[in-house]
Amino acid sequence: MTDLITLSGVHKYYGDYHALRGIDLTIRQGEFFSLLGPSGCGKTTLLRTIAGFEDASSGSLTIDGRDMKRVEAHHRPTNMVFQSYAIFPHLSVAENVGFGLRRDKRARADKARAVGEALEMVGLAGYGNRRANALSGGQRQRVALARALILEPKVLLLDEPLSALDKKMREQMQVELMRLQREVGITFILVTHDQEEALVMSDRIAVMFEGEIGQLDDPETLYRRPVSRRVAAFIGMMNFLDATIAPAGARVALDVAGLGRCEVPASQAPGGVPAGAATVGIRPETLAILFEGESAPGRVVDGVVDEVVYYGDMTYYDVRIPGHDAPLNISMKNLIGRPVLEVGAPARVAWDERALVLLAR
Amino acid sequence: MSLRLYAIAYLVFLYAPILLLPVFAFNDGTIIAFPLQGFTTEWFGELGRTAALHDAVQASLFIAVLSAILATCLGLCAARAGTMASFPGKRGVMGFIMLPLVLPEIIVAVSLLVVVVQVLDLGLSNWTIILAHTLICTPFCIAILNGAFANLDPSMEEAAIDLGETRWGAFRLITLPLVTPGIVSSLLISFTISLDEFIIAFFLSGNTPTMPVYIWGLLRFPEKLPVVMALGTILVALSILLLTIAEFYRRRGLARAGLRDTGGFL
Ligand SMILES: Nc1ncnc2c1ncn2[C@@H]1O[C@H](COP(=O)(O)OP(=O)(O)O)[C@@H](O)[C@H]1O
Ligand SMILES: [Mg+2]
Repeated sequence: MTDLITLSGVHKYYGDYHALRGIDLTIRQGEFFSLLGPSGCGKTTLLRTIAGFEDASSGSLTIDGRDMKRVEAHHRPTNMVFQSYAIFPHLSVAENVGFGLRRDKRARADKARAVGEALEMVGLAGYGNRRANALSGGQRQRVALARALILEPKVLLLDEPLSALDKKMREQMQVELMRLQREVGITFILVTHDQEEALVMSDRIAVMFEGEIGQLDDPETLYRRPVSRRVAAFIGMMNFLDATIAPAGARVALDVAGLGRCEVPASQAPGGVPAGAATVGIRPETLAILFEGESAPGRVVDGVVDEVVYYGDMTYYDVRIPGHDAPLNISMKNLIGRPVLEVGAPARVAWDERALVLLAR
Repeated sequence: MSLRLYAIAYLVFLYAPILLLPVFAFNDGTIIAFPLQGFTTEWFGELGRTAALHDAVQASLFIAVLSAILATCLGLCAARAGTMASFPGKRGVMGFIMLPLVLPEIIVAVSLLVVVVQVLDLGLSNWTIILAHTLICTPFCIAILNGAFANLDPSMEEAAIDLGETRWGAFRLITLPLVTPGIVSSLLISFTISLDEFIIAFFLSGNTPTMPVYIWGLLRFPEKLPVVMALGTILVALSILLLTIAEFYRRRGLARAGLRDTGGFL
């Protein structure tokens, strides 16, 4: 895949406030890219910098090999789906979708056909004459998508496009956005604070904190091999346990509070082997409570159930183990024959050193 | 029950005097008193035959139209800056702009008189009244247009720019049509305010009095009272008409932007 967008050393100040702190980023042609981070970390600012609505205080931005320094927003090969959708309320659906074709020299009939095709693409065929005001949230979003895609931009920018929708609609639109992106082959850059949404939809994700990129990887790597504690905490659930470490060549010897001693390859420290004090991360689904008659190939510690949350298909347990302050978070599939334990019940917790991630404290 | 009585008393108190205007405007007698003498359109006819009145009406219309346009332009700039831009000290500046709304007109009149005559050493003319009326109308325009702009999603203009329009194009194609009802409403309201403003016009008028000042002059001649009543009737009808149209446009603006009504002047 070829590189489409390159940002290097991009800083943005709002007065004294340092909103972007040196962003280096390459986005590839045709990928579904997400900017993920907590609210206020600078995702929108970065997206608007790419669109040309904000000027970077320093650093450079190229799109398709062209420096964007002097290129104004309305000349950039980018289109945006705004968080509010920004549908023009005084125009019809077709006029909204065809708005970007105003300056196009094509014949009227050709433009009308293009509008019809765009509406069909987003599943709104036949809605052209409706008033944009009369549409539901999901439909407005589709209009915003069609309106942006009709110009066949090199990049489609989406600022939290699903956050205004209810859960069911959101899940449906996730799937549709992915399908749409595959169909048109245009690079999508999605801004979201919802880690699940980013994991589901993206080819690659940049996790941002306070104006910096904390990690840029594909969803699986991001989930399994977070490079820092804050990335690990932001993506999914993670138990953190104190550990002392002793590096020995390509392997690292650990003494994990509550779990005990073990040895892992240095590759389980994706952010580099920390010096001295370390934190060990372990995902709730890689831990298991051993029920009657079950055994585990790995190691086992004894604990006591502290909290039970029953979800139907899953049960989430908090289990206290000696030697570690916080209870361990464990998620268990409710397989046939497995009881739901009660608070206070003893629990044997199986763990595997292959699931550990070594992080700086 | 008592609340209903109160409401009725209030309405009578408020509107009875105004209702008396048309009653005596069509009354065939020079004395404003019951019993009524009979129906006549004599007083309206006399309005048509008074040249001085025509001059006054002309001056008033000229002043009202220009004040309305100037105040609406100023209001447009202020409202746009106030709702769509952010700059240091914005709240303070906006508060200061709205101040003339609560400033007694007599103070505006006297201070402008002093400035124009004593400080600038200029003569009084219709232009001095236009200046003052623009000053007192602008806060109303800002209030109305603020409403129109506040209902506007600021990313709408950006969306138009994103789709290839220039900054001006985005304003013209998106913002302007959406605030047009507000602009019309603002023009009509400031026109109405200027048209029947008395104190400032009285202090600052040059050779030609405005209509309210002319009416005030007529009051010294008791036999002219029915004529004043006729003129007043026309003014009331005109004001109600203009304010109704203004309110119609304001509501249409809200409907167009797909929003609920959150009050207004009427
Ligand atoms: N126009 C602006 N003026 C001043 N500060 C701003 C402006 N836009 C954003 N910020 C600040 O920059 C930070 C990042 O904002 P934003 O990019 O919108 O975050 P996100 O989209 O990740 O929630 C926030 O703290 C916000 O308050
Ligand atoms: Mg944002």
